[in-house]
Amino acid sequence: MTDLAIAANGLRKSYGDKTVLDGVDLAVPEGTIFSLLGPNGAGKTTAVKILSTLIRADAGVLRVGGHDLASDPQAVRAAIGVTGQFSAVDGLITGEENMLLMADLHHLPKREGRRVAAELLERFDLTDAAKKPASTYSGGMKRRLDIAMTLVGDPRIIFLDEPTTGLDPRARHNMWQIIRELVSGGVTVFLTTQYLEEADELADRIAVLHDGTIAAEGSADDLKRLIPGGHVRLRFTDPAAYRHAAATLRGVTPDDEALALRIPSDGSQRELRSILDRLDSAGIEADELTVHTPDLDDVFFALTGGAAGIPDQPKETTR
Amino acid sequence: MSSLGLAVRDSATMLRRNLLHARRYPSLTLNLLLTPIMLLLLFVYIFGDTMSAGIGGGGPDRSAYIAFVVPGLLLMTIGSTTIGTAVSVSNDMTEGIIARFRTMAIHRGSVLIGHVVGSVLQAVISVVLVGAVGVAIGFRSHGAGVLEWLAAFGLLVLFATALTWIAVGMGLVSPNAEAASNNAMPLILLPLLSSTFVPLDAMPGWFRPIAEYQPFTPAIETLRGLLLGTGIGHNGWLALAWCLGLAVLGYFWSTSKFNGDPR
Repeated sequence: MTDLAIAANGLRKSYGDKTVLDGVDLAVPEGTIFSLLGPNGAGKTTAVKILSTLIRADAGVLRVGGHDLASDPQAVRAAIGVTGQFSAVDGLITGEENMLLMADLHHLPKREGRRVAAELLERFDLTDAAKKPASTYSGGMKRRLDIAMTLVGDPRIIFLDEPTTGLDPRARHNMWQIIRELVSGGVTVFLTTQYLEEADELADRIAVLHDGTIAAEGSADDLKRLIPGGHVRLRFTDPAAYRHAAATLRGVTPDDEALALRIPSDGSQRELRSILDRLDSAGIEADELTVHTPDLDDVFFALTGGAAGIPDQPKETTR
Repeated sequence: MSSLGLAVRDSATMLRRNLLHARRYPSLTLNLLLTPIMLLLLFVYIFGDTMSAGIGGGGPDRSAYIAFVVPGLLLMTIGSTTIGTAVSVSNDMTEGIIARFRTMAIHRGSVLIGHVVGSVLQAVISVVLVGAVGVAIGFRSHGAGVLEWLAAFGLLVLFATALTWIAVGMGLVSPNAEAASNNAMPLILLPLLSSTFVPLDAMPGWFRPIAEYQPFTPAIETLRGLLLGTGIGHNGWLALAWCLGLAVLGYFWSTSKFNGDPR
């Protein structure tokens, strides 16, 4: 068993009578990517704020980097780096000045500070923009500067709170690449996201946060195994054909608005053939047929009770 | 590194950051400088002759009034620049970078100390500029030696430090820049209600206590005494007590606000 970079037992936090975190347990081994997944308002950011010493927990035994959060927050701070949801750069000064500010606050000697700043600016493709005020940067550039600043102190544990929210697809893929490189250097990453795809792509372990508790935890595959989400989806354009099919086939879930039917299936060749046979014998001709294997979307919907909480999510992924 | 060494080093870093802000964006400080300079020119050139005749002993020329009004306006300059402190602290707290500082292993107080030292430096520079305008239009000190000048400088720095800590607290409790500038209004209103423009005994009786029992009047009387050789009396101790009281109050208020969980 490797050492835990982050360990939380019974983490609780409430604001007034609103309970945000209601007894959360987390265990993140060193050198892994852990993703806390949940809809807006699930308490992800609160969890990061507490674990990164920004706010205090109401209850719970919390250790980060081997140090107790309550009794030795300064030692925790020396071990971590944080990139919050809202950019933590100083917009009034240039990118380079932001980097040198971090170097000074990490008490690096002048020369080394300059070297580290220049290296990181280069690595994050910000050298050309280094002399411009950070407020003039695009969203993706600000996020890159933000992470570059976080890396100045060479932290062993990095918290990333929704690092790709608001980024365009290219910037998002760049960010994923950056995160993978961090971990290959032995760093532990604690990542929150509302994008299932992102957790699936990056995380070794995923915890789904819902209503202040961990609804499920495991690898992406573990989670997918939890629920029987596989199905074949038939879509019709002719309402009459749709009604005929809905009335004829047994064991299907109709979606009247989309004129679509869901037939449970594990996606295997044998099952597909039997479904096609049933359609043929009933004389049903669907306009579109897609095979849907269980993905984290299904897990997410099943665990968090429907789509209500997560806007901006594609309803399903066609495989 | 020792904790004192850490405090000094981090505070110096934060001070550099604040001075960089002030140098890049000087418009706020310069705007705030306009008020005392405009008032100085207004009272001296428009009302000066009448005021001079009114303050007793002065002939109908404005020189007597210049001498009277400049010390008050120097202290008003401090009140005015500290409004800028409240605004910039409030602005700063809404920035994500402050959250970053809170998660770093740096001296906790350095963020505020950087603001205070930076603001006091700006206040002193502003006082020197307003003082230069005063000298340019005819202000001259009477009988002030090296000691008096040093004491005057010390008083200005101490007064600026006290008001700055209060302004930092005002900035911390204000949700945005507009609220901060409203909350800091007393810092520019109090000198208008003090003995800046007319002596206490020329005020109506009911108003005198308002002018008397506030920090600006004793500080102004002390500065006048130092620069013009008039009597200081108990005002020196009063000014000192006000400064220390406000500085301590502002310090504890600000640090307790800053050390609490961020809003």
